[in-house]
Amino acid sequence: MFKDLFGKPKYVTVRSRERHDRDDISPDSHLWTKCTNCNAIIFNKKLVENLMVCPECNYHFRISARDRLAITVDEDSFQEFARDIQSEDPLGFPQYREKLLQAKIKTGLDEAVITGEAAIDNMPVVIGVMDFTFLGGSMGSVVGEKITIAAERSLETQRPLILFTTAGGARMQEGLVSLMQMAKTSAAVRRLDKAGILYICVMTDPTSGGVTASFASIADIIIAETGALIAFAGPRVIKQTISADLPEGFQRAEFLLEHGMVDMVVDRKDMRSQLARILKIHVQGVRYCG
Amino acid sequence: MVNNILDFEKPLIELAAKIKELQSFMDEKGLDLSEEINRLMERAEKLQKEIYADLDTMQIIQIARHPNRPTASDYAKYIFDDFIEIHGDRKFGDDKAMLGGIGLINNQAFTFLGHQKGKTTKENLSRNFGMPHPEGYRKALRLMKQAEKFGRPIISLINTPGAYPGIGAEERGQAEAIARNLMVMSDLKVPIIVVVTGEGGSGGALGIGLGDRIMMLEYSYYSVSTPEACAAIIWKNAEKAPEAAEALKINAKALKKLGIIDRIIKEPVGGAHKNPEMSAKLLKTAILEEYEELKKFSVEELIENRYQKYRKIGEFSYKSDDEMLKEEVE
Ligand SMILES: [Zn+2]
Repeated sequence: MFKDLFGKPKYVTVRSRERHDRDDISPDSHLWTKCTNCNAIIFNKKLVENLMVCPECNYHFRISARDRLAITVDEDSFQEFARDIQSEDPLGFPQYREKLLQAKIKTGLDEAVITGEAAIDNMPVVIGVMDFTFLGGSMGSVVGEKITIAAERSLETQRPLILFTTAGGARMQEGLVSLMQMAKTSAAVRRLDKAGILYICVMTDPTSGGVTASFASIADIIIAETGALIAFAGPRVIKQTISADLPEGFQRAEFLLEHGMVDMVVDRKDMRSQLARILKIHVQGVRYCG
Repeated sequence: MVNNILDFEKPLIELAAKIKELQSFMDEKGLDLSEEINRLMERAEKLQKEIYADLDTMQIIQIARHPNRPTASDYAKYIFDDFIEIHGDRKFGDDKAMLGGIGLINNQAFTFLGHQKGKTTKENLSRNFGMPHPEGYRKALRLMKQAEKFGRPIISLINTPGAYPGIGAEERGQAEAIARNLMVMSDLKVPIIVVVTGEGGSGGALGIGLGDRIMMLEYSYYSVSTPEACAAIIWKNAEKAPEAAEALKINAKALKKLGIIDRIIKEPVGGAHKNPEMSAKLLKTAILEEYEELKKFSVEELIENRYQKYRKIGEFSYKSDDEMLKEEVE
């Protein structure tokens, strides 16, 4: 069913050009994509059908927030909120406004997260999805505010909160204002926690820095998408610090599962049904009340 | 070994050497040069004031990172009438980059937390240069929960280049440890007073830095990234660190103006390392004054105020209805 959704031209954005090295662009690149991991040639039609996952090696390509929503929530159920919030420039940082404008044009997004109410298998949820293509999914004032609004909406409506994360780090150009979003979002999640409302975080590739070290890591259930890089400090920084090679598979979803940092690793094709199963146990399951 | 001399103090050091030279010359030859010496000493004092009145951010960072800058254990020694260090996270180990303990000031009990740097290379190696692993944050968490249980307000001193970026730290959940602290601190039922005393390095600083009052020593900095890293990321050029340092607005004055910190605590002339005892006295006075204010709130008010304090941090605007409508049409 969600294959149809994903197939809607409105949502599909296969920019194979971006997935190649510059000199790798061939005249046929609008037809096929070379897998980043195994170099297999995959027809774009096939890749889209397969939810942007390599049919040969199960490599999960990064997808946009809109595509993610399309393959996750019930058709026509998504009602966006807080769309009108846009970034300012709290520090007057050189070229920040230009960078924001470029990101808006390039991605067609207003910021690095989309938030709204939706349903999964007819179970209502509040959902937020981050997008890595918007300034590396960095958390500035707007991302912090929208995540906080999502948590507060969840508290208000008593509906489970689901957040899909992808982030390269803090929004450097907003300085300490950006760092403080970690405190703000974590405080908002605490209120959900105290109220006994379910919060599921799905960490997708890559989730690192301040997002990992705040609202993402304190969910009731943490799902990592197959192969996702999940880190506090990125591999490059660590390699520089310790001047040694990193272990095989370090900071990948499976590594985090092994070390007890996430509850499960789930393939993209199973994500929606897995979320639905968790929601069902949680929402429909009879509870012991003493 | 790190150079203990701040380059911008060179004129002062030269002047001091000249004064010393004249003094020994006076003693040797029995000549009276006191007038000349007094003149030079006055000049030195004036020069020091001038230099310190006009420091740029990179110079402030140099003072903040000075090897003799008082550490958490120095402050604990001076501030408390009695202080007992408490060890371990009960899960993995005892992180020496994170100091924790309990103490008394004028019969009021406090829980104390602080990043702990060393002063010698050897001590710095054992303290990991003040960069905690997850067990450091988890020790802090254990102590904070205990503080809540026994109604002890918390003093948290920040002085770290950052949380340690290493294999073990990642394996044991550095991100989770910091995130959990933020979550718990956000509604802990006792006052939390935070002071950045030296380096406020990003998430590793914030990991014990969510509180009711956020203060900074005059020559400390608090930043989302080091100016060096910021310049490398944004301008692909680490040599642009001085520009990044100004653009990032990381010194106490800039952060007070941005409304992120509540108060700046004065340091002795020439920086805290010139007179640690005096610096501790100024710190203690500020902490006790803020605690007197925080004491006036009920627990519910305290927690609600803390939530609102962070809730309102962020700068953004709202699109007009016209803009929204235009987008709908598109
Ligand atoms: Zn492949």
